[in-house]
Amino acid sequence: MKILSLLPGIILLLAVYAGPAAAQGPTPSVDEVNAIAKNLYCPVCANVPLDACGTAACAQWRQQISDLLIAGHSEQQIYDYFVQQYGPGVLATPPPGGLNWLIYLLPPAVVLLGAALVWRSLAAWRKKKPRSKPATTGENKYSKMIEDELKARR
Amino acid sequence: MAEKEVGQTSIWGRLLAWAVLLGLLGLVAIQLGRSQRGMLTRGEPAPSFTLTTFEGTEIGSEDMMGKVVLVNFWASWCKPCEQEAEALQTAWEQYEGRDDVLFLGVDYVDTEKEALAYLERWDITYPNGPDLGTQIYYAFRARGVPETFIINKLGEIAFVKIGPFQGLEELTAVVDRLLEP
Amino acid sequence: MIADFGFFALLTALMLAVYGCAAAIFGYLRKVPKWVGSARAAALLAFPLLTLSALSLVYSLVSLDFQIEYVAQVTSRSMPLYLRATALWGGQAGSLLFWSWLMSAFASAVMLRDWRRDRDLQPWVILVCLATLGFFLSLILFFENPFVRLWQGTTGTVWTALWQPGGAQAYLPFDGNGLNPLLRHPGMIIHPPMLYLGFVSFVIPFAFAIAALVTGRSDDRWIRVTRRWTLVAWLFLSLGLLLGSRWAYDVLGWGGYWGWDPVEIAAFMPWLTGTAFLHSVMIQEKRGLFKHWNLLLIILTYDLVIFGTFLTRSGVLSSVHAFAQSAIGPMFFIFIAVTLVASLALLSKRWQTLKSDVQMTSLLSREALFLLNNFLFISILLICFLGVIFPLASEILTGQQITVGPIYYETATGPLWAALLLLMGVAPLSAWRASTARTLGRAIWKPLIGSLLVVAVLLLNGMRHPGALLGFWLCAYVVLVTLYEFWRGAFARQAKGENFALALWRLVARNRRRYGGYVIHLGVVLIAIGIIGIEFFQQETQGQLAIGERLQVGGYAVEYKELAEFQTSDGRLVDRAVVNVYRDGVFVRELYPRQDFYMESRQPMTIPGLHSSWEVDVYVLLVSWEPISNANATFKLYVNPLVSWVWLGGMVFIFGTLVAAWPEREAELVRLPARARGLPAEARG
Repeated sequence: MKILSLLPGIILLLAVYAGPAAAQGPTPSVDEVNAIAKNLYCPVCANVPLDACGTAACAQWRQQISDLLIAGHSEQQIYDYFVQQYGPGVLATPPPGGLNWLIYLLPPAVVLLGAALVWRSLAAWRKKKPRSKPATTGENKYSKMIEDELKARR
Repeated sequence: MAEKEVGQTSIWGRLLAWAVLLGLLGLVAIQLGRSQRGMLTRGEPAPSFTLTTFEGTEIGSEDMMGKVVLVNFWASWCKPCEQEAEALQTAWEQYEGRDDVLFLGVDYVDTEKEALAYLERWDITYPNGPDLGTQIYYAFRARGVPETFIINKLGEIAFVKIGPFQGLEELTAVVDRLLEP
Repeated sequence: MIADFGFFALLTALMLAVYGCAAAIFGYLRKVPKWVGSARAAALLAFPLLTLSALSLVYSLVSLDFQIEYVAQVTSRSMPLYLRATALWGGQAGSLLFWSWLMSAFASAVMLRDWRRDRDLQPWVILVCLATLGFFLSLILFFENPFVRLWQGTTGTVWTALWQPGGAQAYLPFDGNGLNPLLRHPGMIIHPPMLYLGFVSFVIPFAFAIAALVTGRSDDRWIRVTRRWTLVAWLFLSLGLLLGSRWAYDVLGWGGYWGWDPVEIAAFMPWLTGTAFLHSVMIQEKRGLFKHWNLLLIILTYDLVIFGTFLTRSGVLSSVHAFAQSAIGPMFFIFIAVTLVASLALLSKRWQTLKSDVQMTSLLSREALFLLNNFLFISILLICFLGVIFPLASEILTGQQITVGPIYYETATGPLWAALLLLMGVAPLSAWRASTARTLGRAIWKPLIGSLLVVAVLLLNGMRHPGALLGFWLCAYVVLVTLYEFWRGAFARQAKGENFALALWRLVARNRRRYGGYVIHLGVVLIAIGIIGIEFFQQETQGQLAIGERLQVGGYAVEYKELAEFQTSDGRLVDRAVVNVYRDGVFVRELYPRQDFYMESRQPMTIPGLHSSWEVDVYVLLVSWEPISNANATFKLYVNPLVSWVWLGGMVFIFGTLVAAWPEREAELVRLPARARGLPAEARG
């Protein structure tokens, strides 16, 4: 079972190193590699995108991207390869699936829920009848008189 | 704020708010607790894992049962790893013939080309494989490379080495002690 | 000696803080004002003590007393004097001391105000300020003591301790590690103080809010008293964030200014609630609404400030994981959890007494729009919080380590920012209590047409990006509305006979908060323009160049001319390239991107060559991980449109806040004999 999950990675690796197979692209430019590296994070250093990372390891990974591009892989295949090799933490956005759906669904849900609550508040406000004054517990009624006077002088 | 009817809706609203808050605090507390755990220590059971070598062989817990297993985390871009590469290989050659010792090299976050070149440069013959998804590294709560964990025949962590081994003797002393009946 | 002195001053300050808390509570419970007065004195005394403590640390830093571990960590012989002094906040222990010093300064300032009208609030304000101060002081004393020294035992091992352990000698390293090179930039020198000033000053409104909650008051006294504190706190926090962005832009070397790093977000979240709070309190003052909101917002701001303080500790930027793995992480967590639960429980208890009896009649009234404002800011906050907490949750619940990157934040919050921009252009035109679509429409249509004209001009010039067009439309609209407000007010005064300039001056002088606020809004729009420019239209390229070769993108070209390699007196090995910048083939100027290699800490730093204009920034970097030589060097070239408007907006911000916060002559409290005021007999004397 484990072998099956490794199959895509192994195939990719074989495709890269088994010599010229199907479509072999031209050497990608640094900008093309960086465009893909931008969406990946350095697996070792925290919060550093792969195109801005200066370590030797990151240079190797950018070279890996280049090799994969030469072998004709698409951008999505490269991302899948990196996820398989280093875990889903290398992607800038969590891959959809399992718990990760929450990160995609919660923001709009929060906004919609909030908007609904606001709407309800506004509607209730408009219908509200003036209540009797709430008990001014703990407030000296004279201090309140003074406060009101001062406010009126503003 | 809007005036909600005091009663059911307000109580439920408050309960929900408190539940969410306490849930969040609990989540952070759990994560804090885990992070404060620190490294794996002697006596703890070693995590079970499967390593698929660069050649494609799978080595799982069945292959490790009853053996003294040395798990070494390394990477081709890791300079200090090179300091212990020779010692590890020499030690392996000593124990290779025995059927109760296993050396495993786990390649942490590395590219295959450079990894294979590293193995060839140091003539390493014991099984090595990439740590796919960095899962083994996280299972062992390792914090960097090189790190070595030696597991005794009962499957417990017997020795943890952070950084490279300073010499062959340091390594063989531990393994020999674990091999005693 | 000095270290001992500093330590004892610190210890005494902590004891004063603990005593002050106890005295304040005791005075409140027993209704004995003398104890509260004593607590106040304790709070006042803490400040000079902490000043002495901080000064002793600064003295040790400047005189390079390497036996003190902290000094050895953050200074080195090659650092100039001013950098050694600012190394006070260069590491964890020192920055905690600095934070505590600021807290005691603000607490003392609050103690010095006229408390005659607010005696009932005083004990609780003292308690909250001193409890916060005490927390940080105990962190310093028990976990991160900057005064521990290095000792060497007979076996040669070196360890740290406060006083001389038996059988050990003082260990004096020859040189220290030196401040992290990233922190030696002017922006990074004042960014932590600004940020900490913002953080600390938000504690004061929170203290008053808690005091109001505990004493059961439902009026807005606590808001009016802390109005200026809030404004100044907000200004410092905003400046801190802007300076941090400028520093990142200048020094971190990836052509951007904000990476949505969890550490940045941790400092950003209190700004979100703080801004919402700043606006929302106006409603409570004017109409007595939003009482629950305001208390909730200030409670959130306070706890987010504590959280942000930890995460943004001076020194190496790190992640939320660093929070978890450090020794003081759990202490911060407990403090935040306890204060959050206690404050919210208090709010929950007083919930009913805070209900307002005011009615709101229109959906388009200013109150309704401010409610919308609160909702938008809280939504952005929740989205940011979710992004920070999600990797933690994912790791616990599924074992998977994931990263939540900029795309999430930008996509999820983008529409909300646009809605906020729109609100900035509608709310000033709406009226209190009632506004119908028609009255609002009448006010809106002229600026609306004007803004659409701007969009038409952009379209004619070839801009097609829908997001940018929407953004620029909103910006133009808000600018027109805001300017219209100024014009309208001045025009009304002019009708009474003043000339326009005088009318404008008097208008602003009489309504500082409102028009200062409008100026701040203009600053925000300028920042928005800059952000739209760089986010949607940035272009970049990278390439290896030999001398004489050019790299080009977006109409700009950069030609590699020469390389100079030299050493500086402060311990750097510098590779400095000279490049020519061309625009459409025409020479613009020379730039000097360089790589500084700090020899003692073995850390490289890339400083870009930067050419700024209102239109565009040309940003050239030497790529440090590729070989740099006279023969070949690798460069990165960024063309960042409009980014200078961000910094300009920041300055308009400052100006606007000064206008808004400038003291007015307030109605003075005058002592009059009671009978002269006609008060009933019971109230006299």
